[in-house]
Amino acid sequence: MLRYVLQRFLTAIPTLLLIVTISFFLMRVAPGGPFNQERGLNPIVKANLERLYHLDQPLWRQYVDYLWSLLHGDFGPSYNLPDFTVAEILWNGLQVSVLLGAVALSLALVLGGIMGIIAALYQNRAGDYAVIATATAGSTIPTFVIAPLFQLYFALGLKWFPVGGWNNGSFWNMVGPVITLMLPQLAIVARLMRGSMIESLRSHHIRTARALGLSDYSIIIRHALRGALLPIVSYAGPAAAALVTGSIIVETIFSIPGIGRYFVDAALNRDYTLVMGTVVVIALFTIIFNLIVDVLYAAIDPRVRYD
Amino acid sequence: MTDAVPMKGRSLWADAWVRLKSNRAAAISIIYLAFMTFLCIVGPWLAPHDFTTIFQNYNRVPPSLSPYPKSDTIEAALQDVVKRARVDLAGFEEKDGKLFITLISAKPIDERITRYIDRSDAFEGSAVVDKSDEGRKIVLSTNVEHEYFYFGTDISGRDLLTRTLIAGRVSLAIGLLAGLVAVFIGVLYGATAGFIGGKTDEVMMRIVDILYALPFTFFVIMLVVFFGRNFVFMFLAVGCVLWLDMARIVRGQALSLKRQEYVQAAEALGVTRFGILMHHVVPNLLGPVVIYMTLLVPQVIILESFLSYLGLGVQEPMSSWGVLISQGARNIPGANWLLFFPSFFLTSTLFALNFIGDGLRDALDPKDR
Amino acid sequence: MTFNFKSMLIGTTMLMMTASGAFAEMVLNRGSAADPESLDPHKTSTTYEADILRDLFTGLMTQDAKANVIPGAAESYTTSADGKTWTFKLRADGKWSDGSPVTANDFVFSWQRVVNPETASEYAYMLAPVVNAEEITAKKDGKTPADLGVKAIDDHTFEVQLKFATPYFLEMLTHSATYAVSKANVEAKGADFSKVGNLVSNGAFTLAEFVPNDHIKLVKNQNFFDAANVKLDAENFIPSEDRGAAIKRFEAGELDLYNDLPTEQLADMKAKFGDQVKMSTYLGTYYYAFKTTKKPWDNVKLRQAISMAIDRDYLAEKVWQNSMLPAYGFVPPGITGYETHLLDYAEKSQLDREDEAKKVLSELGYTPEKPLKMEIHYNTSENHKNTAIAIQEQLKPLGVEVTLLNTDTKTHYGMLEQHGDFDIARAGWIADYKDPENFLAVCKTGTGNNYSEYTNPDYDALLAKAASESDPAARMKDLSDAEAIGVARDLCVVPLLYYGSHNIVSSKVKGWEANVMDSHPGRFMSK
Repeated sequence: MLRYVLQRFLTAIPTLLLIVTISFFLMRVAPGGPFNQERGLNPIVKANLERLYHLDQPLWRQYVDYLWSLLHGDFGPSYNLPDFTVAEILWNGLQVSVLLGAVALSLALVLGGIMGIIAALYQNRAGDYAVIATATAGSTIPTFVIAPLFQLYFALGLKWFPVGGWNNGSFWNMVGPVITLMLPQLAIVARLMRGSMIESLRSHHIRTARALGLSDYSIIIRHALRGALLPIVSYAGPAAAALVTGSIIVETIFSIPGIGRYFVDAALNRDYTLVMGTVVVIALFTIIFNLIVDVLYAAIDPRVRYD
Repeated sequence: MTDAVPMKGRSLWADAWVRLKSNRAAAISIIYLAFMTFLCIVGPWLAPHDFTTIFQNYNRVPPSLSPYPKSDTIEAALQDVVKRARVDLAGFEEKDGKLFITLISAKPIDERITRYIDRSDAFEGSAVVDKSDEGRKIVLSTNVEHEYFYFGTDISGRDLLTRTLIAGRVSLAIGLLAGLVAVFIGVLYGATAGFIGGKTDEVMMRIVDILYALPFTFFVIMLVVFFGRNFVFMFLAVGCVLWLDMARIVRGQALSLKRQEYVQAAEALGVTRFGILMHHVVPNLLGPVVIYMTLLVPQVIILESFLSYLGLGVQEPMSSWGVLISQGARNIPGANWLLFFPSFFLTSTLFALNFIGDGLRDALDPKDR
Repeated sequence: MTFNFKSMLIGTTMLMMTASGAFAEMVLNRGSAADPESLDPHKTSTTYEADILRDLFTGLMTQDAKANVIPGAAESYTTSADGKTWTFKLRADGKWSDGSPVTANDFVFSWQRVVNPETASEYAYMLAPVVNAEEITAKKDGKTPADLGVKAIDDHTFEVQLKFATPYFLEMLTHSATYAVSKANVEAKGADFSKVGNLVSNGAFTLAEFVPNDHIKLVKNQNFFDAANVKLDAENFIPSEDRGAAIKRFEAGELDLYNDLPTEQLADMKAKFGDQVKMSTYLGTYYYAFKTTKKPWDNVKLRQAISMAIDRDYLAEKVWQNSMLPAYGFVPPGITGYETHLLDYAEKSQLDREDEAKKVLSELGYTPEKPLKMEIHYNTSENHKNTAIAIQEQLKPLGVEVTLLNTDTKTHYGMLEQHGDFDIARAGWIADYKDPENFLAVCKTGTGNNYSEYTNPDYDALLAKAASESDPAARMKDLSDAEAIGVARDLCVVPLLYYGSHNIVSSKVKGWEANVMDSHPGRFMSK
């Protein structure tokens, strides 16, 4: 097991390198640069700026330099927010996004899981249809519709919550963003859970358990659930990576200083270093969560073995 | 396909079809989806207005079953016209279905003023009836033009009904196109990897793993920046990114299929690997592929709406449900209809696709017989 | 359920208020469309940081609530007879927020820093009128920052040598590029001097917190020379990119003011918020630029025909809901002493313009069978899109086939800067200071913003003549003549609309005044 984890870590290095390389060059062939703006710059000023950030060097040289500083944990300065280094920006944003994402995902897993189990137990009955209808609605209404509606009715109308802002992560400020982040995930988890639970309930060992006269509760929790969890686990990995690296829509609408906005803004602003920083962070999270999923798989399902 | 499906008794497909039909939600969804597709394809030709025409006098008017202009807005429309023509409105009256307008000005009035009146979306066929006071007073007759906006109009004054239908065409086309591309690449890649197996499989799957870790949104944004001009090309590109899941599913299926006896028999009989792939492996994968496709299409449509929210969606004057919804979301609560109609179309379509996907899964599940 | 939620919310709010002692503090929450790029006044380039920097720093001159120039760090000044030498007397009580005095040496250091190519200040050319400034930035003739025409006569006397008399010099001194930073602080902290905890400033406020995309908190500077009259204890600048969400936050009382509005909903907003919606003219012009080096757009008559056919009143009224004004000249109204030279057809009715445009088009051989094709390039924005759509519809009856091409901002301006291939493209110009030259320089041969690649020696000569003119009235006349040639006759830019500023300001806020620079110092505000 340990060897397997180690091996996966080692293969992550070329993966990461490849991702950095592709992103670096893809970014550079995109039209426009970090210093193109409505107020066009004087060519001399622009040349000075490019010299300051070593953008006047040949591309291969910039690439090698970037890799070298990355190796030292240096993500470089941000072009569009020169008061901060990319590392500072990412660290600030990650704290917020990880907290929001973790809360939203945990809630989605727990609530979605329960909904899925209920639906499976009452398959093709009213309870099932209610769950599926709610879940489908959650996944088909775009986030950018849910968020403003939430603000309109729950924040402005009923005045239960603030409209926006982060306020150092106060509980009340988190409700809206967490709900909007959670809804689509909740829907998917509920549907997955329902499917795998139905399958699990039909399997041989559950039938055996029933025949042996075990209580319903015990069958559901101890036996059926264990088998049904696998698809949820494999879904939760990528979902976690996506959630903790932030959502641009939720962050923009609720004015939250997470990392998700930088991802799109930096790409649109051609803030090369910040783009590369976010790419590295997201790739790292994806790799780590995929690894966790694989390890969890082995823990839940005894049939899976790693040599 | 005929090779794979034995014609005796109830075939897998016939059986699945019967089961699908008995699933009420799925059956209704299929009908609904077909209806929606038909509506979006044919509707724009039948709708009262073209999707690009701007009605300058009707920006953001609410949906209504009765025609515009309403009797109480005629005066406002007239005031609007005379202001642009830089004359004053002395009065107007309706007679025999025609409108008679009296205009005055400090200077003699140019007869071309009728063009101003005709240019208004509310009036047509205006003519000078009478001139007096050395041309400083003029009486015009005009017909009131009636326009129906069942879904209201958008910010620019375009008919939302036609635009919603046109947008439906684009959204459905995008979903289908990107879905097909993803499935095509995914099936081919996954089937090849699973069927050949060994080192090839390992390398091919490692590549998929690497691609998985690539930040997806970044690539989509870069692709849009490069190809933003052409949405067909753009969504071919999106499809090229979405095939990873498909490849994994298909590979797993192919691996287990390879061990099936009939495949091994074919191999023993000397059928080429490619032949086996095309005649045995691929047809047997159709079940999971079709299910996956019904899940992928909504995913692409939602992705497109996400890009539209960022301002990276399809180009004007074309539109998509995502574009319309993101415009609508910016206009609540002032103009709710801009959000409601496109949202209803999008959500109901995605609902239908989801139910069809679920129904298909149940119908094609061999364990469930 | 309702009861629970509400009582819990009230509970927490009260807890928060007691914890921060909010009863006594007067804090203004200012919503802004975006975060500032940098708090280093010499490294900015957008309009978003102007208000923050003005509250943090005070230039030699500064602006009052109505954007009039008033003495800032300098209490008085004298000019030589030829207008080329300016001597500023700094306040004896002028202090940095760390208590050290603001000296003439700080200004010498700062101005040298701005023009230094190593600093790569985007506004280095702001100081162009100062002796040797341009040469230093361009590293020409071996000039170094030490050669800049500024010197400290003594601790409180700062002298500037200009190349020529510059009538807008005082206006310029209110711009952030001319602000001073503390020499001691920058030398001690280096590039990190603008960070929280390091930044030393001489304005009404000092920097307390900066969380990107969340808020910037400024607190009252007790060392500010006019601190006695500053009423606010603190200001929060809260970036809010989503304009719809920002308005909801304003409505909920989370923001006291917001410097942008969803203009497409202006009518609804006015109905709902009444005179809290503040509209004002603004020194900026929204224009389209033809690529004048490309056929057929090199033909002035054709450019004029297209310009005539665009119904600017419609754009202003319907597309922009009167948040912009129709523009028939490049230089917006509001600059004292300047008479904008309007397009010839400014006073004609739209019907006459269209008839004339049609005539010109048919003379040039464009018919329904052989229509004129034109592609409008614009950068991503809801309003730019709606403007382009409206123009497309307006040109349709003339038989002009217009297609639209929208790209993201960087691609758009990258293409324009590199003089890529286009027919007509959207652009805009916002004034840095109140002077027509700031606009007209856009059409000068070879400048970075001359997207239409317009070249005309007469035009350049008039601008040069204006620059060396010492009589203000004669100078304005030269500039107006230049506009007559470059804009009205040759359409180096097609002016469409004058920008308007649109703010929403709570009725609780006092001391906020609408003005053409859209400049709102927190120093004069209270709540």
